[in-house]
Amino acid sequence: MPQKFAFFLGCVAPLRYPGIELATREIFKSMGVELTELEGAGCCPAPGVIRSFDQTTWLALAARNLALAEAQKTDIMTICNGCYGSMFEANHILQHHPKELKKVNDVLGKIGMKYDGTIKVRHFAEVLYKDIGMEKIKAQVKTPLNYTVGVHYGCHFVKPTRVKQLDDPEKPKILDELVEVTGAKSINYRDKMMCCGAGGGVRSRDAATALRMTEEKLKNLKAVNVQMIVDVCPFCHLQYDRSQKDLPGYNIPVVHLSQLYGMAFGLPREKLGLEAHETKFNL
Amino acid sequence: MAKISEPNPDFTKMVIEAGPGSDTLMLCYQCGTCTASCPSGRLTAFRTRQLIRKAQLGLKEEIMPTEELWLCTTCYTCVERCPREVQITDILFVLRNMAVKEGYMAEAHKKIGENMLRIGATVPFGEEMKKLRVKMGLPENPPTTVGNKKAMDDFRKVMEECGFDKLMKGGKS
Repeated sequence: MPQKFAFFLGCVAPLRYPGIELATREIFKSMGVELTELEGAGCCPAPGVIRSFDQTTWLALAARNLALAEAQKTDIMTICNGCYGSMFEANHILQHHPKELKKVNDVLGKIGMKYDGTIKVRHFAEVLYKDIGMEKIKAQVKTPLNYTVGVHYGCHFVKPTRVKQLDDPEKPKILDELVEVTGAKSINYRDKMMCCGAGGGVRSRDAATALRMTEEKLKNLKAVNVQMIVDVCPFCHLQYDRSQKDLPGYNIPVVHLSQLYGMAFGLPREKLGLEAHETKFNL
Repeated sequence: MAKISEPNPDFTKMVIEAGPGSDTLMLCYQCGTCTASCPSGRLTAFRTRQLIRKAQLGLKEEIMPTEELWLCTTCYTCVERCPREVQITDILFVLRNMAVKEGYMAEAHKKIGENMLRIGATVPFGEEMKKLRVKMGLPENPPTTVGNKKAMDDFRKVMEECGFDKLMKGGKS
């Protein structure tokens, strides 16, 4: 397996939930996988707004990030479904449509860059599952976690399966297994694969509609009494974390998988950045 | 008297030719699996099947200004379940791009675009967050375009070369 990845931070993790950034750095270090800095990387760019506005800008900005990693001859690793979805799909288009690649390289040429389509875009949960593996993760668990958890896959981790081919879109198992290796129990719930409501630019344009979708998810999570929600996307994370203050009766802590692993691997709590969470983590 | 929209075959052709994926538009046989699967459509007036039908017919004037075009969260559930493998999300992005070119874009989305041109990120970055990063032992600025002038100039240049800054100056609502 590759021993290093170019660490793509995105926007929401470093600028809203720095605990996700720090926990990821620490857990990968403890498993012996090097994360190199992707100096000067920009937004993935956001599929909801930028791709919706102009696909050429979306492709060109994604290609700039891909070219930064290609210069290091290193695959990119993301900690966010949005970044993963955006850059994975942009990479797929650039690798399969020479006309699009040329168009993008004409733009990148203006800043002295070029993308040749030689790297892969990876999601950290996929790296954990496929490259590092359960045995090695289990060996790091110092404090088995005795929690009941509602896993939120989000939309852009396994979908669209036509290009990603990671897991089943209706009944995936990767994240449940990754959660349960810590000792926690993943509880099934109604409409588990439903969207959190935030994506596609809906949260920014129509917060009330996004909130109604989130409420539907939270209602189903509450019905099975989970102690926390575990996500693999800082944007879903933000949607769950910040929506609950507007929804009386909900107070379910939200953690990113990297933070859950931080707890299980015995990282000090202050390295998990839980104070940035609006729904307080009190377990 | 009710106004009847005129089908515009040129518009349909433009959608089909616009981008990877949108060439599947005419494969749709209107079964409605997409509408039945849509988490947004459960709660709103957004009807995926209807939008696809309007695109097939080229009802440009009905599609461009509609709020419903912006209610999709791009969750891909409809794409996964479509028996004809219509790349519905790809078609939606093409339609949104066209609507934006016509000037239909939300102020909230423009703000995100402006933030991208300013710091290369979707969300603003303030003093409180910088303090928290430092307290946790992280660098004040992440090693991204934020706080990196050369990287930010490059990032902005890419956006300008693609005409994104000008695109945002258009606008109807």
